[in-house]
Amino acid sequence: MADVLIRRPAAPLLLLAIGAALLVPLFFPLDQSAVALGRVALPPSFTHPGGTDDLGRDVLHRSIYGLRVSLLVGVVAALAATVIGGLVGGLAGMLGGWVDRVLMRIVDTIAALPHLLLGIFIVAMLRPSLGAVVLSIGLTHWLSTARIVRSELLSLRTRTFIDAAVAGGASRTRVLTRHLLPHVVPKIALATTLMIPHAVWHETSLSFLGLGLPPHMASLGNMINDGQRSLLTGSWWASLVPGLVIVVVTLAIAALAARWRDRLDPRVRAELNL
Amino acid sequence: MSLVADGVSAGYRGRRVLTDASLTVEAGETVGLRGPSGSGKSTLVRVLALLHAPETGHVILDGERITGTRHRVPASVRTRIGVLFQSPRASADPRLTLEQLIAEPLLAVRHPRDLIAGRVAELADRAGLTADLLARRPHAVSDGQLQRACLARALVHRPRHLLCDEATTMLDASTQALVASVIIGEQRATGMGVLVVSHDPALLERWADRVEDLTTVTRSH
Repeated sequence: MADVLIRRPAAPLLLLAIGAALLVPLFFPLDQSAVALGRVALPPSFTHPGGTDDLGRDVLHRSIYGLRVSLLVGVVAALAATVIGGLVGGLAGMLGGWVDRVLMRIVDTIAALPHLLLGIFIVAMLRPSLGAVVLSIGLTHWLSTARIVRSELLSLRTRTFIDAAVAGGASRTRVLTRHLLPHVVPKIALATTLMIPHAVWHETSLSFLGLGLPPHMASLGNMINDGQRSLLTGSWWASLVPGLVIVVVTLAIAALAARWRDRLDPRVRAELNL
Repeated sequence: MSLVADGVSAGYRGRRVLTDASLTVEAGETVGLRGPSGSGKSTLVRVLALLHAPETGHVILDGERITGTRHRVPASVRTRIGVLFQSPRASADPRLTLEQLIAEPLLAVRHPRDLIAGRVAELADRAGLTADLLARRPHAVSDGQLQRACLARALVHRPRHLLCDEATTMLDASTQALVASVIIGEQRATGMGVLVVSHDPALLERWADRVEDLTTVTRSH
């Protein structure tokens, strides 16, 4: 048991983080705008395991609330990006021809712009809110999914087993559902999973820049941003704790996704005896 | 009952690989087709299988001139032609077990489900595939075993015509003999017409009723 925790800590750590994000608010609700000026900048202790920030707020408590926001934004934004990318890539890959050329030139054009700047531009046009952040990340991160889906479909469509299916009487729908989608869907799901940590990181960046969520709201980016002030007065924990939460959670998701990717290959799967 | 290529020219993206080829395969006969590499043998097979549109000429299936290719041809017409491709590896969906592979064409045309298992078992038995092999996926069987499953799949609709595109080239001698004997057996039972494409003169000599050379087929028109 202890051995597993050390060699493969990703799943237990992620479970711990998700468990905390789900359960803590039930038992220890947080008043987002409360301050306690009597206990400002206390270092980590038994009563405040993550210390308190320059407004006397418990850093660990707020980090857990921030993680909720980050995971929500990360998952929803990754799903939004997948839907857009899947549709664009699917159309390009299935229809080919000029549809493919036009769509892929649009993808290339958007890809040529720095996506953080584009994301900042999109949130700046809207009022800071959860929805704006999700929209900004979703609209800037569908490109890789579109490319994956398109290239996968294009290469699958020319495979002989598709010819064999057509010769065997399969309809277009049958070819799509039986022979194309089963090959593409695991890759899309994997791309989505790999995108979650990236989207979480983006939410944090936007909030850190003051463009994400309203400043009083506990989000990991806001907290790291607020913590900058405390760094100068020596209270390092105000930035470190939310920073650690984000690093651990995103690395855990990425590690699990990478392990899953290895299992997708049928040959590897055979060797793993699954 | 016949499968006819009438003055077929075909190519890919403007590069013509086959010019004015005519060929007839009557019911019950085995026609060999030989020709050097790159002479368009596989392209002719793809045109005859209604998978590739000819630039000029057309395919006549059982007296009926076929317009269109692939999904524009009704499934009931497409399934009258069985195809056995050169590479079993490439022509098998890696996600399906051999049993699913053989059953797939029947499922695709909504064949009654209770009849599918029996048909698959019968063909698997003729192709010498054991229950153990049927449960495996392509990556876990040899090329020969996989080609036997592809042969079972090609015959699953009881096609009137079978096209074999270098289908035994990659196989060892005993599998070659098994594939040929299964095809000959089916042909005797159903009067299926068979086109065997190969560049192995000995094989064609033994197996085919007559052998056409693609270079003369294209000139004689």
